[in-house]
Amino acid sequence: MLAMIGRRLAAALPSIAGVVVVTFLLTRLLPGDPAAYFAGPAATPQAIEEIRQRLGLDQSVPAQFLTYLGDLARGEFGLSLTTGLPVMQELVTRLPASLELTLAGLLFAVAVAVPLGILAAVRAGSWIDHATRIVATAGVSLPTFFTGLLLVHVFYSVLQVAPAPMGRLDIFSSTPPPVTGLYVLDALLAGDGETALAALAQLALPALTLGIFALAPLARMTRAAMLAALGSEFVRAARASGLSRGRIVWVYAFRNAMLPVLTTLGMVFSFLLGANVLVEKVFAWPGIGSYAIEALIVSDYAPVQGFVLTMALLYVLLNLAIDILYGIVDPRVKVES
Amino acid sequence: MKRRDFLKSSAAAAAGVAIGGVPWNPALGQSRKDTLLAISENGPNSLDIHGVGTNRPGYEASWNSYDRLVTFGAKKDANGNDHYDYTRIEPELAEDWNATDGSVTFRLKRGAKFHDGSPVTAADVKWSFDRAVTVGGFPTFQMKAGSLEKPEQFVAVDDRTFRIDFLRKDKLTMPDLGVPVPVVINSGLAKKHATAADPWAMDWLRTNEAGSGAYRVARFQPGTEVVFQRNEEWVGGPKPKIQRVIWRIVPQGGNRRALLERGDADVSFDLASKDFTELADSRKLTIVGTPVENALQYIGFNVNKPPFDDVKVRQAVAWALPYQAIIDSVMYGRALPMFGAKGPVTDAAWPQPHGYATDLDRAKALMAASAHPNGFETTISFDLGLAGINEPICVLVQESLARIGITLTINKIPGANWRNELLKKQLPMLTNTFGGWLNFPDYFFFWAYHGQNALFNTMGYKNPKMDGAIERARFATDPAAYAADVKAFVGIAFDEMPRIPLFQPYLNVAMQKNVTGYRYWFHRQLDYRQLEKA
Amino acid sequence: MAAVQAYARHLRHVVTENPVTGAAFALFLLLVLTAILGPALVPFDPLQSDASRTLHPPSARHWFGTDQLGRDVFSRVVVATRLDMTIAFASVLLVFVTGTLTGVAAGHFGGWVDRLTGRIADTIMAFPLFVLAMGIVAALGNSIGNIVLATAVVNFPLYVRVARAEANVRRDAGFVEAARVSGNSEARVVLFHILPNTLPIMMVQVSLTLGYAILNAAGLSFIGLGVRPPTPEWGIMVADGANYIQSGEWWVALFPGLALMLAVFCFNLLGDGLRDLIDPRRRT
Repeated sequence: MLAMIGRRLAAALPSIAGVVVVTFLLTRLLPGDPAAYFAGPAATPQAIEEIRQRLGLDQSVPAQFLTYLGDLARGEFGLSLTTGLPVMQELVTRLPASLELTLAGLLFAVAVAVPLGILAAVRAGSWIDHATRIVATAGVSLPTFFTGLLLVHVFYSVLQVAPAPMGRLDIFSSTPPPVTGLYVLDALLAGDGETALAALAQLALPALTLGIFALAPLARMTRAAMLAALGSEFVRAARASGLSRGRIVWVYAFRNAMLPVLTTLGMVFSFLLGANVLVEKVFAWPGIGSYAIEALIVSDYAPVQGFVLTMALLYVLLNLAIDILYGIVDPRVKVES
Repeated sequence: MKRRDFLKSSAAAAAGVAIGGVPWNPALGQSRKDTLLAISENGPNSLDIHGVGTNRPGYEASWNSYDRLVTFGAKKDANGNDHYDYTRIEPELAEDWNATDGSVTFRLKRGAKFHDGSPVTAADVKWSFDRAVTVGGFPTFQMKAGSLEKPEQFVAVDDRTFRIDFLRKDKLTMPDLGVPVPVVINSGLAKKHATAADPWAMDWLRTNEAGSGAYRVARFQPGTEVVFQRNEEWVGGPKPKIQRVIWRIVPQGGNRRALLERGDADVSFDLASKDFTELADSRKLTIVGTPVENALQYIGFNVNKPPFDDVKVRQAVAWALPYQAIIDSVMYGRALPMFGAKGPVTDAAWPQPHGYATDLDRAKALMAASAHPNGFETTISFDLGLAGINEPICVLVQESLARIGITLTINKIPGANWRNELLKKQLPMLTNTFGGWLNFPDYFFFWAYHGQNALFNTMGYKNPKMDGAIERARFATDPAAYAADVKAFVGIAFDEMPRIPLFQPYLNVAMQKNVTGYRYWFHRQLDYRQLEKA
Repeated sequence: MAAVQAYARHLRHVVTENPVTGAAFALFLLLVLTAILGPALVPFDPLQSDASRTLHPPSARHWFGTDQLGRDVFSRVVVATRLDMTIAFASVLLVFVTGTLTGVAAGHFGGWVDRLTGRIADTIMAFPLFVLAMGIVAALGNSIGNIVLATAVVNFPLYVRVARAEANVRRDAGFVEAARVSGNSEARVVLFHILPNTLPIMMVQVSLTLGYAILNAAGLSFIGLGVRPPTPEWGIMVADGANYIQSGEWWVALFPGLALMLAVFCFNLLGDGLRDLIDPRRRT
C-alpha cells in the first residue's frame, strides 16, 4: 500500500514540475509591469526601477525562476503584493473556505443527483428519465456567476429569506474555534448550534449555485452505472430467485453502481474546486479562488503561482485518495500507477 | 521572509482565530447601534501609508488609525453637508504651532498616547517624517509637493517640541502636513521590528498598526474584512460616536446595492452612478454627492504623433463629443458639466467649463481643414478596473466620432498594465480621471499639463508658454499676478486641447437614514470619526 | 454508402424515439440559422446607442428591452449568436483536430509518443482549468483568437484521452491488421483506418465541449477578459446586465443569459443524443 502511494506520488512529480514551469512562464507573460502598478500613481521611472529591483524583477527570467525554485524548496510561496501578506499564510487561511463551499455544493449535488439517477435508471425511458435529463442538463448549462446572481436576487432581495451575501459568517457571529477550518463543522464540534446555523445559512446559496452545476455528471453517471448493474448477470440471477424489487435495486444494483459514481465524484470535486472561483466572487466568499483571480488581474505573480501549485497538489492527492478508496470498496481492482 | 517568521505569523493567524472572543470578536456584547458596517469593492492591502503599492483603501485604514500633526477644519457645502475646509488648518496631535519665515515649531498635545500606551514624542514625529521622505515612491513624492524633502529639515527639539526648517517658502507646506501621508508612527514599537535590511520596519507595519489615532485596528484580513475599535484615550479631536467599525469587502456591485437596500450595510462609496440616483429618488437611504475638488474625467490625446499632433483634429474632436449624453446616460446626472462656456476664460477657478459643445458641423469643418480631411482609424483605451464608467463613455465617443470620419477601436487595458501604458505615452487616445489632493489650479496643471512630463501628463504635452505660466503661479505671492497666470494657462489648455475635459465627477456616498455626520474629504475615503448612528 | 444510410436510419430512429434529442436537434438548427441569417433580420443596429431610450423594459418595439446605452437587447442577442457560435466552433475544431490526432497517435504507436502526450495531458489536467484559461487570455491579450485558444487548451486532455483509448483498443483489431497486410503504410493505417473509427465517439465530445466553450467564454467576459466592447457577445451582455438585476432591470441580463443557456443546453442534449446514436447500449 505504502509502496503504491509512493509510486503514485513519484509518478505525479513530472506533472507538478510541468505545472510549476508553465505557471511561472504564464505569469511572466502577463501584460503590464507589477513594479509600475505598485509604485503608485505618482511614480517616476526611477522609483519604478527601484521597486523593480526590490521585487527582483530586474533579473533575467531564468534567474527569477531559480530564485522562485529556491523559495519553493524552502516552502515559501512569496509575498502577495495586493494583500501584503505571505501567500502561504493566505492560502492556509482561505483553503478551508473553498473546501467547505465545494464540499457543501457536492453534498447537495449528491443528495439530489444520485436518487434522480437511480430513479431514471429504474424507469428508463419514462417521463422521469427525460425530466431528470433535462433538469440536470439545464443545471450544467447555466454560467455559475449568473445562477449565483439570480439566486441572490430572488432569495436575498425579493423573498428576503437568505442572509446577506457577505462571506462565511454574518458580522455578529463569532468564528468557531478552528478544528477542521470548516465553520459549520467546527461550530457543531464546539456545541454551538447557533453559529453552525448562521454559517450554514451563509453557505446555502453559494453551495446551491455550485451544486446545480454538478448535478448533470453525477445524475448521468448514476443512471448509466445503475443501468449496467441492473442488466448484469447477478441481478438477473437475483431476480430469478424471487428477491423483492426494492432489495434488488438498493442492495444488489446500487452497491455495484457505487464504484463509477465514486470516480465521477472525485472528478467533479476537483473540477468544482477550480470552477468555484466565480461563485466566490459573487458571494464575497473568502476562498482561494477569488484570491487567485484578483491577483491575476493585477499581475500579482506570487499568489497565482501559489494557488495553481496548491490546486495541482490537491488534484494529485485527490486522485490518489480515490484510487485508494476504490481499492477498499472493490478489492478486485488492482491499483496501478 | 524567513521560514521562522512565517511559522510565527501563521501561528499568530491561527491563534487569532483560536482566541475567539477577545479581541478578535469584539462583536460579543456590542449592539448593532454602536457598530458601523461599511462595505466596498476593494479592501486595503496595507495599513502603512508609506508602504510600497499601498492602495486607496489603505489610505482610509491609515487615516482613521493614525494621527497627523494637523488636520483641516470643516465647513458646510452648498447643500448643507459637511465639507473639509482646506483654508483652515487645525490641531490634531499638535496643540499649537508657531511659524516664522524659516521654520515652523509644533508643540505636541499633552497626554497623547499610542495604542500600546507609550507617549507620543517629538522623536516619533521626526522618525516618521524621516521615513516618509526616505522610503521613496508615493510618500516621498507627496512630501516633496510641500517642499518637505530632507531628514535634516525635521528637528526634535525636546519631547514635546518639533520643528520643521523650510527649504523655501511654499504655500503648500502646511496643507501638505494635513494629507494622509505625514502620519506619526510609534517609532519605539516599529524599531523593535526593524532589521538591518529593513530599517523602517516596512514589512511589519504593512500588517500591523502602530498609531495613536481615533481607532485602532482590531482585526485585519486583507481582501475580506477590517475591524476598527474606538481608541477611548484619543486626544486628536472630539471623541468619535461610533464604537466599532466593520469594513467588509463585497466585490459584486449588485450585491452592495442589495445590502444597502435591505439595511444590512450602513455605508458605501462603491455603487454605480445609476444606483446612487435611484437610491436618492427612492428616499430609503441618504445619498450625499459632492463634486470632487480639482478632479476631471477627460479624453487625452497623444499630441506628439499623427493624427492628434494636429490641433485642428483635436479641436474637431472637442466639437464632436457627446458631452451631455455622457453626463446623462453614463453618470446619470451625477457630474458637473465642463463644456459650453460662453466667451474666453475670465475666471481663475479650476475646474471650469471650456467653450466647446457638441456641434458636428463645426467639427466636420475643422476636420476638412485638417491634415486628415478623409478621417482616419485609431484606438481609444481605458483602464479595465474602471470599466463601469469608461466603457460606456468610449462607446458613446466611438459612435459620435464615426460621424466625423474617425473610426475608433475600443481597447480595454487590465489594471496591471494601465500605468505601464501611461508611462510609455504611446496610446493615441484614452479616457481617464485625474484629481489633485491639494486644491490649487497650478497644482493640477503642474502634474497634468507641465512639460516636466509627469505620468499624469498622459498626452506628452510640452509648451514653454504653458510651463512658464504654471511655474510663476506655483510660487506667486501676489493674488492678481497669480490669477493672471492661472487664466493664462487655462486659456492655453482650452485653445490647444491636448486633453478634453468631459465632466467633474461626484464623490457619492450612500448611508442608512440613521447614519449622520458624513464629511467630504479630499482623499475621497471615509472618515469614521465624525460619523454618528442613531 | 450503406453505412451512411444505416446511420441516417439510426438518426431518424433516435430523433423520433427520443423527443428530447429531437427537440435539441431542432434547436441546434435554429441556432445555426440565427447565426447565419440573424444580422440580416434584426430590427435595430446592435451597436446603435440612444441616450433617450436607456433601460426601457421589453415592449412591442424592443422585444427584449434596451440596455444601459439604449441599444436594442433583442438585436444584440440575435447578432451575438454568430460570434458565440464562432468562438465555440473554432475552439472545438482546433482541439478536435489537434487532440484527436495526438490521441490517436499516442494510442496507436504507444512508447514515448504515448508517454509524452500522457504527461502533457496530465499536466494540463492538474491545473485549475478556468484559471488556466484566464491566465492564457490575460497573458496573450483578450482577443477572440486567444479566447478560442484558451478554450481549446483546457479541453485538450479530454480529447487526447478519449482518442487514445479508442485508438488503443483498435490497434490490433482485425480490420487494422488486414489493412497492414494489404500493404498500407503505418501512417495510412492510422489516418484512413483507425482515425475514422474514433470519429463517432469524438463527435460526442465535440457536442459536449461546444457547450463548455460557450460557458468558458462567458466566464472570461464576467471577469473582464472577454471580447472588446461594443461587440455583442452573450457573456459580456450577462456580465454587464448583472449590475442591473438588483435595480430591477432584469431584462438586460436575463435574455442574453437565456440565449446562452439555451445554446449550451442544446449542445449538451445533442451530445447525449449522439451518444445514443453511436451506441445505444452505452446510453447514459
